Amino acid sequence: MKTLRTPLARARGLGSAKSGTEHWWLSRLTSLALVPLTLWFVISVIGHLDASWIEMRAWLSSPWPAVLMILTVGVTFHHAASGLQVVIEDYVHHELAKTFAIIAVKFLCLLLAVAGIFSVLKIAFGG
Amino acid sequence: MAANASRPLSPHLQVYRPQITSVLSISHRITGVALSVGTVLLVWWLVAAATGPAAFDDAQEFIGSWFGLLLMFGWTFCFWYHFCNGIRHLVWDTGYGLELPQVYLGGYIVVGASIGLTLLTWIVALIAW
Repeated sequence: MKTLRTPLARARGLGSAKSGTEHWWLSRLTSLALVPLTLWFVISVIGHLDASWIEMRAWLSSPWPAVLMILTVGVTFHHAASGLQVVIEDYVHHELAKTFAIIAVKFLCLLLAVAGIFSVLKIAFGG
Repeated sequence: MAANASRPLSPHLQVYRPQITSVLSISHRITGVALSVGTVLLVWWLVAAATGPAAFDDAQEFIGSWFGLLLMFGWTFCFWYHFCNGIRHLVWDTGYGLELPQVYLGGYIVVGASIGLTLLTWIVALIAW
């Protein structure tokens, strides 16, 4: 059958959705990273339940806990934004409301991620 | 969008008899949304630790209150459910476990594992606390 698509469009293989598998792939990639990160997080929190402010800061200022906490916060909010976007796309049908909800989720997730990461860095660098 | 009313419809939630496959599927989304909201508490806790001892004590006090502990318990179950069912999804993505009996078996394992891991987490946490 004769196709009306240009060779470039066929090579890109993105169709009318204008995007390919990046969203799906990044969801899987972040979920895979979150398996060890969240296990570390839950075990660490249990280990510091009775920690004082000073003990908590001492723990978060050592390199590995700081690095793993930054990764946990960053990857968690990337995964959350990605998942919430799909939920909004599936259930919010009004185009304008859908677009604004997705923008709000993305901005909020980025704000929370930066706030969490900045806090860890501030503690780690002794501020 | 003018939909043709006589065309066959795929099963929608409203007319779909709940079964373990569909219930676990929507639970994955619900727990994912709940975890997103609950993780705001983690950020509050980190920001409080960076702010000062008074702010940190406020956060610790809220988390240690009965309402805070209730939220934490809910978060723990949502976390383990989303964790276990997420791994089930990753297995499916490799192309395995998609036969109906395996889907059912995986579902029951996920439910059992999430309840078991939630209780284990709290038993360990209460001993460590």
